[in-house]
Amino acid sequence: MGIGLALISVLGLILFAYVGTAVIGLNALFAIVFPYAAFILFVIGFIYRVVKWGKSPVPYRIPTTAGQHYSSLWFKQNKIDNPSTGLGVVLRMFFEVFAFRSLFRNTKAELLQGRLYIGSSKWLWLGAIAFHYSFLVIFLRHMRFFTPETPWVISLIESFDSFLQVHILGSPLLYITNISILAALLYLLGRRIIDPKIKYISLPSDYFPLFLILGIITTGVLMRYFFKVDVTAIKELTLGLVYLKPVIPKEIGSLFYIHLFLVSILFAYFPFSKLMHMGGVFLSPTRNVANNNRMKRHVNPWEYPVKHRHYEEYEDEFREKMKKAGIPVEKE
Amino acid sequence: MYDGWKIIVGLIVFIAFVTLPFTWSTGKEYLKVEPKIDTPEIQKLPEAERKCVESKEFMRKEHMKMLIDWRDAVVRDGKTLYVNSQGKSFNMSLQNTCMQCHTNKSKFCDECHNYVGVKPYCWDCHIEPKENIKKEARL
Repeated sequence: MGIGLALISVLGLILFAYVGTAVIGLNALFAIVFPYAAFILFVIGFIYRVVKWGKSPVPYRIPTTAGQHYSSLWFKQNKIDNPSTGLGVVLRMFFEVFAFRSLFRNTKAELLQGRLYIGSSKWLWLGAIAFHYSFLVIFLRHMRFFTPETPWVISLIESFDSFLQVHILGSPLLYITNISILAALLYLLGRRIIDPKIKYISLPSDYFPLFLILGIITTGVLMRYFFKVDVTAIKELTLGLVYLKPVIPKEIGSLFYIHLFLVSILFAYFPFSKLMHMGGVFLSPTRNVANNNRMKRHVNPWEYPVKHRHYEEYEDEFREKMKKAGIPVEKE
Repeated sequence: MYDGWKIIVGLIVFIAFVTLPFTWSTGKEYLKVEPKIDTPEIQKLPEAERKCVESKEFMRKEHMKMLIDWRDAVVRDGKTLYVNSQGKSFNMSLQNTCMQCHTNKSKFCDECHNYVGVKPYCWDCHIEPKENIKKEARL
């Protein structure tokens, strides 16, 4: 049911953008209003979520890490997986963000012929890393539309991405990331559909981003390789957005507006969804705090000052009664 | 906020990054493309013959595919004649057919290609027409 709801939502969004531009002709809404609104929502929502996370106290260090912690000298500490210093934490975060180190430790338990097998499973890691890096490259490549003169770094990335110099039926140069992101997305979607255990725990909010991004990639691929769009007109539009002087060139078809609308939805949806793991990974307490529980004193921020009384005060109050009852006192 | 300054520094980096297109564009000229087809070679042609291999709309959309198809036909299949939709035939050659009329590579090809950041690799093999040198020679 979850998958149907997500699919219908994305198809509905596509239909909405198609009807809005091709039938009703509200191009300004899709070319200007939605992108700006989505961008503002994205930035404000992102900050809101991060600040909200930042406000929650993390009183103690969480040493649930996959390595030997700092101990007696004859135990070799795992300085990256269980760091006790700031530098170690930086390294751990680096590997977490750039190499998905904790996902690399993914294991899988399976019953095969009545016996339970537990083993390393790297497929999810591979799919995830292929998807994320492809998306990053595609995102960076798109900066050629948002800068008046394409920076050389962006051109360099683009030339790496197309270095195979393959033209499919005379189409423009094939990007490697187009293939890899589609393969990775279909794998990430497929594992939720095929594996009954993962299917059981999958919600519409798991399928929706997959379908949404699949829609974005599909429309992008269609525009590049199959139905040609006027790229100069599109750059006029995107540059207009960047220069805060929006223009709506006439030569752009609905396919582009569907693409732009889905991207706007992605940006607007981002801060309020699981996609916020982009910001969240930096605020993961199991990753971003050094395991120095016994080296430094960590004070729980919600501990109120406890009212306490010294024995002297107690004795001062009850001295007479204590004497009468025959209890020894320190002061006479 | 706990560890507030670290989070705020992170957020500032984030905001600086996502607003980069906006900050980059400030103070820079708003570019517009104006590809030129008014070369002397085209001006010389009689009005009736001032036509490209295919229609302007077709060329605008499909010139990249056509050039790749031409390359494959000439280099791989040895076919050098292109018959257009009007039944007229042309020699399939970038240097000897296209650039014969469009001698202004910088204003015809590069104008749009630079604008959208496209770098076709035509001139890795072909000899680039030397416009500037020509102009200087004329002066």
